[in-house]
Amino acid sequence: MKSYARRVVFMLIILLSVFTIADASDGNGIDSGATAWMLTSTALVLLMTPGLAMFYGGLVRSKNVLGAIMHSFAAMGIMSVLWVAVSYSMAFGPNVLGGWFGWNPDFVFLKGIDESIMEGGVPEYVFSMFQGKFAIITPALIAGAFAERVSFKAYVVFIALWGILVYNPLCHWVWAEDGFLFNMGAAGAFDFAGGTVVHISAGISGLVAAIYIGVRRGFPFTAVRPNNLVITMLGAGLLWVGWFGFNAGSSISSGLSTAQALTATQAAAASGAFIWMIIEGLHRGKATALGFASGILAGLVAITPAAGVVQPSGALVLSAIASFICYIAIMYKNKLGYDDSLDAFGIHGVGGIVGALVLTFFIRPSWMADATEAAGRTWTVWQQLGVQAAAVGIAIAYAGVLTLILIFIVDKLFKIRSTDKAEMAGLDQSYHGERGYGLINPN
Amino acid sequence: MKLIIAVIREAQLDEVREALIAAEISRITVSKVSGHGQQQQEEFYRGQKIIPNLIPKIKVEIAVNDEFLDITINTIIKASRTKEGTEGEIGDGKIFVLPLEECIRIRTGEKGGSAI
Repeated sequence: MKSYARRVVFMLIILLSVFTIADASDGNGIDSGATAWMLTSTALVLLMTPGLAMFYGGLVRSKNVLGAIMHSFAAMGIMSVLWVAVSYSMAFGPNVLGGWFGWNPDFVFLKGIDESIMEGGVPEYVFSMFQGKFAIITPALIAGAFAERVSFKAYVVFIALWGILVYNPLCHWVWAEDGFLFNMGAAGAFDFAGGTVVHISAGISGLVAAIYIGVRRGFPFTAVRPNNLVITMLGAGLLWVGWFGFNAGSSISSGLSTAQALTATQAAAASGAFIWMIIEGLHRGKATALGFASGILAGLVAITPAAGVVQPSGALVLSAIASFICYIAIMYKNKLGYDDSLDAFGIHGVGGIVGALVLTFFIRPSWMADATEAAGRTWTVWQQLGVQAAAVGIAIAYAGVLTLILIFIVDKLFKIRSTDKAEMAGLDQSYHGERGYGLINPN
Repeated sequence: MKLIIAVIREAQLDEVREALIAAEISRITVSKVSGHGQQQQEEFYRGQKIIPNLIPKIKVEIAVNDEFLDITINTIIKASRTKEGTEGEIGDGKIFVLPLEECIRIRTGEKGGSAI
């Protein structure tokens, strides 16, 4: 008994000494609390991409499940390599070519930031890796618009070019300190975690690509039933969890603004899902699981640009509005006759636009007061709405036009559309030589 | 009345379905099966070439009245052959035709050819 007590005391001493060491600052100006949260956020945002793979993977037919999943996973490989090589430099270097994008030779292969600590006490490596995860998920989102019918080779080339020429400049404009949208109006076009950069750009690009590539065989007469809604729901769950890193991490700190973003995120996801469930329940008589998942996403997408400036009540209303508008957008999609297969535009494009515009009406008073001070004159909600609308318009125009050009070029070089044979046999067999499932029923 | 059972390649299912629908034969039952034939199929897992001993196939079952027998069979043959042109390849599958004793529509209880 005595030796047992001694062992406990000994263990406590060891534990205490570990905590004391961890507590000590290492004198480099690193804020270990903020850094720890940013490391966590980085991992959480990465988790969203496999989550998206599951979400999309479950929605396609069983012959395309691996093809859809690989669209997300391929982005993790390609975009990460590009990010380390040039993209970080293009996104966060100082303005070049009239501010089209940034460039800092020191950031190429991240070689200049080996020991750099940022102002908030976070190593720049962490910031760079955190931002890199956004560059991964954005092109992966686009893939939902043209699921089940693109050549894998052409897709790979397309997202590489898209990342360099669409994502990096947009990211630079909105988030780099000398980006022109960052400095527009009194306090900048507000895009907290990527409403314009990630969701609007991906949604619009998806729409353009889906229209260019054309509808799937048999659309809309052949029913395309999701092969596995269970993994779709799991994917939606992972996206919700990962989104805390996406939004709350975008404060690049660990403090009050982090907490505000985190709360707004939870409120928005819940409200979006809840409202979708009610609308669908009233409209169709049944509340579907896929509807609930779509509501989660609509809410999260809408709160993405807004998480830093709206209060919980605003978050509830904002995502309820987004959920309602996305529901209507998807309802009308089929009537318009384009095949945005997994609703990349219907959710991310529409939800992102609604979020970026409507957030203006829910900005917390203290932020508007700061904006007024920065402007040196009264700064009204309507003036901010103008700035938001300009940012949204620029993102739509830039992403839309550049995507059309890129997809045209890639199509001429590699034939972006699958051959009829490949499409009928399924992407899994045609491009990957594997099958996703064993002997489940075909659909 | 005949029961046609066709065992075809998985990848040809859509082609066969579309061809059958074009020929106005739309009442079919499809299942996933696996078995042995002359074919050996290669798949790749982590770069390792694998030859599974049971090859997944699709089984299509169609009950037809006698006058539709030939067109159904010809449609399946045409859509299931994988080499360009009219030539086939080992692994394209087989078609079995069985006499069908009775066919009953559950909803109405009607029997025979009109129930197909």
